[in-house]
Amino acid sequence: MATTEVERRRGQLAALSIAAVVIIVGVPLWWRTTETYRAWLPVSQIKELAKLQLHLSADVEVVFARGTVTPEQQKKVPLTQTQNMEHRVDGDSFNAILTPMRLSNSASVEADLSLHTLSESPSGSLVVYVIPESSSLLPQNVDVYIGQRRTALLRIGSQMRVGKTLEQLLAHMEPRIKQVLHVMSFSHTDITAALSNRVRISPGNKESIADSMRAFKSSPGYEITFSLLNPDPKSHRLHWDIEGAVETYIQPLLTKLSPVANFSIDSQTLYYAMLGVNPRFDSSRSTYTLNADSLAHVINPVEARLGSNAASSNPVLNFLLYIPDAHHSPLYIHDHKKQQVPTNAFHSPRWGGIMVYNVNEFYEVDTVFPVDINIDMAKVMGVFLAQLRLLLGVQSSTPPPGFLVAPCGNAGLADWELDRLMWSRSVENIATATTTITSLAQLLDQIGNIVINDNIAQQVSSAVTSLQLAVSELEAGNLGFALQYSKEAILSSERAFFDPSLLHLLYFPDDQKFAIYIPLFLPMCVPILLSLLKIVSEARQKHREKKPKKD
Amino acid sequence: EANAVIIPQCSHIPPGRRGCLMETTVSPNKEELVIRPLHSGDIYTSFQFRTLWETDFTRENKVSHYRLFPKSLGQVISKFSVRELHISFTQGYWRTMQWGQPYLPSPPGAELWVWFQDSLTDVDGTWKELTNVLSGIFCASLNFIDSTNTVQPSASFKPLGIGNVTDHQIVCTENLTPWKKLLPCGSKAGLAVLLKSEKLFHSSFHSQAVHIRPVCKDDQCKTTSWELRQTLNVVFDLHNSGQGKNEWSLFKMFSRTLTEACPVASSSKIYIDITDNSQGEQFELSPATPLLSQAVVLGDRRTFSVYDLTQQITFGTICNVLKLPVTYSAHAGDMLRPLLHAERYVAGYGLQTGEIHTLMYNNHPYRSFPVLLLDSVPWYLRLYIHTLTVTSKGKDNKPSYIHYQPSKDRVRPHLLEMLVQLPPNSVTEVTLQFERALLKWTEYTPDPNHGFYVGSSVISSLVPSIVAMDTNNSRERPLFSSFFPSKEESSYFVRVYTEPLLVNLPTPDFSMPYNVICLTCTVVAVGYGSLYNLLTRSFQIEEPSPGLAKRIANIIRKMRGVPPL
Repeated sequence: MATTEVERRRGQLAALSIAAVVIIVGVPLWWRTTETYRAWLPVSQIKELAKLQLHLSADVEVVFARGTVTPEQQKKVPLTQTQNMEHRVDGDSFNAILTPMRLSNSASVEADLSLHTLSESPSGSLVVYVIPESSSLLPQNVDVYIGQRRTALLRIGSQMRVGKTLEQLLAHMEPRIKQVLHVMSFSHTDITAALSNRVRISPGNKESIADSMRAFKSSPGYEITFSLLNPDPKSHRLHWDIEGAVETYIQPLLTKLSPVANFSIDSQTLYYAMLGVNPRFDSSRSTYTLNADSLAHVINPVEARLGSNAASSNPVLNFLLYIPDAHHSPLYIHDHKKQQVPTNAFHSPRWGGIMVYNVNEFYEVDTVFPVDINIDMAKVMGVFLAQLRLLLGVQSSTPPPGFLVAPCGNAGLADWELDRLMWSRSVENIATATTTITSLAQLLDQIGNIVINDNIAQQVSSAVTSLQLAVSELEAGNLGFALQYSKEAILSSERAFFDPSLLHLLYFPDDQKFAIYIPLFLPMCVPILLSLLKIVSEARQKHREKKPKKD
Repeated sequence: EANAVIIPQCSHIPPGRRGCLMETTVSPNKEELVIRPLHSGDIYTSFQFRTLWETDFTRENKVSHYRLFPKSLGQVISKFSVRELHISFTQGYWRTMQWGQPYLPSPPGAELWVWFQDSLTDVDGTWKELTNVLSGIFCASLNFIDSTNTVQPSASFKPLGIGNVTDHQIVCTENLTPWKKLLPCGSKAGLAVLLKSEKLFHSSFHSQAVHIRPVCKDDQCKTTSWELRQTLNVVFDLHNSGQGKNEWSLFKMFSRTLTEACPVASSSKIYIDITDNSQGEQFELSPATPLLSQAVVLGDRRTFSVYDLTQQITFGTICNVLKLPVTYSAHAGDMLRPLLHAERYVAGYGLQTGEIHTLMYNNHPYRSFPVLLLDSVPWYLRLYIHTLTVTSKGKDNKPSYIHYQPSKDRVRPHLLEMLVQLPPNSVTEVTLQFERALLKWTEYTPDPNHGFYVGSSVISSLVPSIVAMDTNNSRERPLFSSFFPSKEESSYFVRVYTEPLLVNLPTPDFSMPYNVICLTCTVVAVGYGSLYNLLTRSFQIEEPSPGLAKRIANIIRKMRGVPPL
């Protein structure tokens, strides 16, 4: 009897130890070997970024010219004042844009105005010169003059001079300076437009939505393609000096814009490239017309010929010069009011521009076809340059009344316009990169099977670091650095998001996994479970037997 | 040396030797169509469109302006520092014995050969990227080209070649449309009007290609410009499609007629080979053209009727009605057999080993010539290089040059290059044994039982010219010109592609992995189960039961009332 008991205990111990081995060694081994590799991601920092608290600050220097401040006001300078303007754009993850405005009054009354004008101010900052009311620098009805650089002249109004102290004077001037800031740096609408892919634009008027949709999305580079469309090579032999025109008209602008993005330019000539619509014949003026409604259908058939860009994946800006064939000439574009468009050109948002160039003056009574035609590139490039500015998001919003904006110089772009573009591009880049990184983190969180390789983790962390740097540089008002970091953030976030290793076929459905595991697990686990059950039931029985004995 | 070619005007010159490519005209754009009635009754039509691009990439200028040259290809050249690029898509196999030599040879499937500039450092990375971009441009799956099916020949394709043949590529309309888009006039005017895909693909042979190479601008060859040559070769089987009537015309072949010449083209011509038809015994050209042209093509003197489409008068009166009925006599003369011809097949049985046979025919009656054979075999056919034999006329023929690069599994294919002298009027047989490798189960194609393709061998050679062979002076020639055969006609360059091979590899049952898992698990479970059983069972000593006799005795003793035993 005793030996039987010993045997049974030994059997039970054996079953228990096998169960223990399976649980202590087998299960962790199985877990470790079937685990997917997931590198560490800075999740908490990403979550913090998702809130997207942006502070934009612009340095505004106000310089008072002789005769604009009283001597007692003068004593108080220099003085620094920070103005906070809070804008709220709706959105759940995104809270507020704060724009601290630092009015640093380095008000050297004796400062020579012309000397100051020459001094370079860093990008993103503004200098406002306050000139006396009686000054003859500005025309009579102009209160504010915005120069080509980062400077503005402000005529001090009589009502502004009421205040005794400098603070009062500044308080009076503040609305004007804010207006100047809105024109030269950034306004609420700019920033809202830049954030448009994060925040739904409140349904405003159609016009403003169209405005915000016109410019290309921010990208580290753009390809600009000029195409000469010659649908009738039998009648027209076209010559265009595109090399010279690009050098003269386009290159200065692009050189100026080089901090914002890289540009590459090419041109091509396409023969037998037709527009998608047949122009209507206007018998009263014996011209052909394209209506504004039909312009939408013009692009598609042409686009098949343009050819995609083989060398890069940057967005392409297309500029087409269309020479109507001899039988459909002259061709004019009519707007919605049936009026002839003076430039004879139109643009398509985020795509490019098309200009129709009529060559009827080259025809004579006894013209022998083909006619050699030299295209006037100055006329063409004027139109394309204006379209290029629009498509790149260099906004020429109408200034408030009383403002006079200096005509842009050789480069076709004033310094403050570049700043304005850089402000909105930085914000847009930050918003895009944050969205990309947040959604990547969300995706990786939801699908536990995705392998996260070290290079992806590295890209994600570098994107997060660049984003944080960009945000802090924006806060400090260093516009150039902010843009640089935001571009880096976009690049690394996109690289992480589109990495092919995230798409690998490693995700088996659970039922298939079980189908593979069952032949191994079932025969192994059933005996262990059964013997464990048996041990438990025996122990219980023994326990029950003991109880009556005690009783 | 396979590249020492001296014929100045022909299209089959191997690329690379700039010195021999003399551009006599500066015309930027030319187009031509050659029609050649073949002896088999088929019609061979060959389109060529040539565009020149005057630019150099030595300038550090990113701006590039394209006029006639297509922008997409120009960007490819400048981005990937390409020196030469040749890409061809072919459907059908060129039957050399029936049709003679093609103007431009191409292997079945897709082929891509690229020469990069010396300045390029990362050739492999660029090659990968380039194939992806080209597959985008030509709507083809060239992205399947990778290191496992790419070779860098040492001698066959000069200068620095990196090339590939994909055989599973099927050519269709979606490849033709992007090809047509590269033409300056598209398919709107000029010869390209004839390119109606429905007809072109309803043919015995279809091959379209794009060749880009630098050519000399002047005699000193100090500056070069880029030449883009787009070719399209089609063989129409008119006997079958024409309900048994041997009649052909431009309209019958292409179901289009020429409406106008491409205004951009400086030259636009149709050549019709009338060498075998000098008296009009086989076919009749209507309308007749007074223009004749003679040229030595592929070592043979051919006569062509020329229709110039740029001449308004010619064009207006004649080309609209270019209709060419043909009546073949029962047997229209024997075709001259091509001097160089090659075949290839796989021998052996079973799924373990096999043998590749390559047959090279030299049909020249009295001259031997060397050929350069290039073989690229995928790694899953493991070649036994020691079994390589080359025999001609029953005797061993030792190659004078052998370059062999063994394969690496899943990395690169075998590359075998040989320079073999072919004796006159002989068949040279190259045999090589191989073993079939077992692939991993994910490496099989979706239809593994169809077999695996092995690309064509490429045979490059300088073949003695037929003109030089012509010793009986049957043609009208001045006596002073015929005593010594002139040098540039003595031999010509030919590249011959053999058939691709289709090899069966041992294919597993694809449910095998699951079966293996189940079987292994069962074995493990049986072993484990008995072990577990042994370990956990409790053993008891059991009293041996008494024997039957004893039990019966005990029952009897019980009945008797006697105590049991």
